[in-house]
Amino acid sequence: MIAIAIVRTKDLLAVVMLTGIYGLLSASFFVVLDAVDVAFTEAAVGAGISGLLMLAAITMTGRTEAPKRHKPLLALLVVFVTGGMLIYGTLDMPYFGSFEAPVHQHVAPRYINDSMQEVGVPNIVTSVLASYRAFDTLGEVAVIFTAGIGVLSLLSLPQRRRSYRLDESKKELMHEQHMVVRIVSKTLIPFILLFALYVQFHGDFGPGGGFQAGVIFAAAIILYAMLFGLDTAKRVFNQTLIQLIAAIGLLLYASVGVVSLFSGVNYLDYNVLADDPVAGQHLGILLIELGVGCTVAAVMIIIFFNFVGRREAQQDANEQNSTELNNSHELKSTELKSTELNNTKQNNREGE
Amino acid sequence: MVLGLYNYWIVVLLMMIGFYIVIAHGNLIKKLVGLTIFQTSVFIFYISMGNVENGSAPILAEGLSRYSNPLPHVLILTAIVVGIATTALGLALVVRIKESYGSIEEDEIQIQDQLTEDKT
Repeated sequence: MIAIAIVRTKDLLAVVMLTGIYGLLSASFFVVLDAVDVAFTEAAVGAGISGLLMLAAITMTGRTEAPKRHKPLLALLVVFVTGGMLIYGTLDMPYFGSFEAPVHQHVAPRYINDSMQEVGVPNIVTSVLASYRAFDTLGEVAVIFTAGIGVLSLLSLPQRRRSYRLDESKKELMHEQHMVVRIVSKTLIPFILLFALYVQFHGDFGPGGGFQAGVIFAAAIILYAMLFGLDTAKRVFNQTLIQLIAAIGLLLYASVGVVSLFSGVNYLDYNVLADDPVAGQHLGILLIELGVGCTVAAVMIIIFFNFVGRREAQQDANEQNSTELNNSHELKSTELKSTELNNTKQNNREGE
Repeated sequence: MVLGLYNYWIVVLLMMIGFYIVIAHGNLIKKLVGLTIFQTSVFIFYISMGNVENGSAPILAEGLSRYSNPLPHVLILTAIVVGIATTALGLALVVRIKESYGSIEEDEIQIQDQLTEDKT
């Protein structure tokens, strides 16, 4: 239902709100399907961070969608043909929840029956994620790290001095307006951070782990940045430090593998990290989950800060453009604007 | 009973909606939202395959013998976080496109590209 509403709505702000609700709904859906770890992640990511990032993006790109010019008949046809074929394909699939399905016959019984002796961690998801399939997870963390670098290279701006005086007065005004929100959230932030750490280190026994903890940790810091402005947040959390943490997390993960490699076993085989294989597994899982948590949290913070930083820079440029036009940088941007104007004029002419 | 397959049909329906948004809408942010819905349909597909009747969440405890399959959970757990990272990258690209073209509607961008090609 929500998804259909998203198709129909033209206002992008409403679309973003609906995606948040959609994320929360799918999280509860995952709980119903016994996938608590996944639900945890989806609730933090789908309902929290993704909505925020999209909001930050639409403040820069405008919030209404242009009306469609052509009929979507062809698209509908393609979609229905694909959907029909997929539904035809599902007719041979095993029934929902059946125990004999091929999915449950391959490696899953080994994970369920033997992971307690081999890894000694009650949460099977954690033991599969961090031990049996650790190499896979290393790749995923590398992808997240790369995405962080990508956003950094696309959106980061050269550091420059800004006029703080104007900002301060604006900020104070905002703070007076949002007194209740600010105080309530301020008291919440330490608890969110504490909860993130709990999720991080309790992931062996209950639902949780590095991925969820990283996202929750980042959410707390993003909340802080939203309440007190980006400049204050940037002064508290040094950007270079956060970028360093992102890299260190990935390095920590990879170097755990190298240690076991030098001890004469396979890459990321933790049995040799301690005298007792199970203790070694515990240590290995703890270390790489820490690496995952560091990288995920740092990358999320990097992404958010860069989005908002870009936006504030744009706003500043606009304000300066409207007041005075003697700086070379502004001249350039006005040139850009005039070419844009010309372009739109040409477009109009062509339209006529 | 064919009705036992209903979970796949929900997935296909969600996938169709996401796919439709991606190909029929011109707004780039809307396209990304469509991709997210498409992605979620795949997540739900995996998780619903891993579910077992009368099973419990895959955390070992006394007195439980049937657990749902942990493997799809692991795959999807990481896929969600990777998904948000790649979505953020996509949004960053959209922001840059807006800065250089002044628009995020697909057809307007194409017209501008056409114009620059004609000039050169």
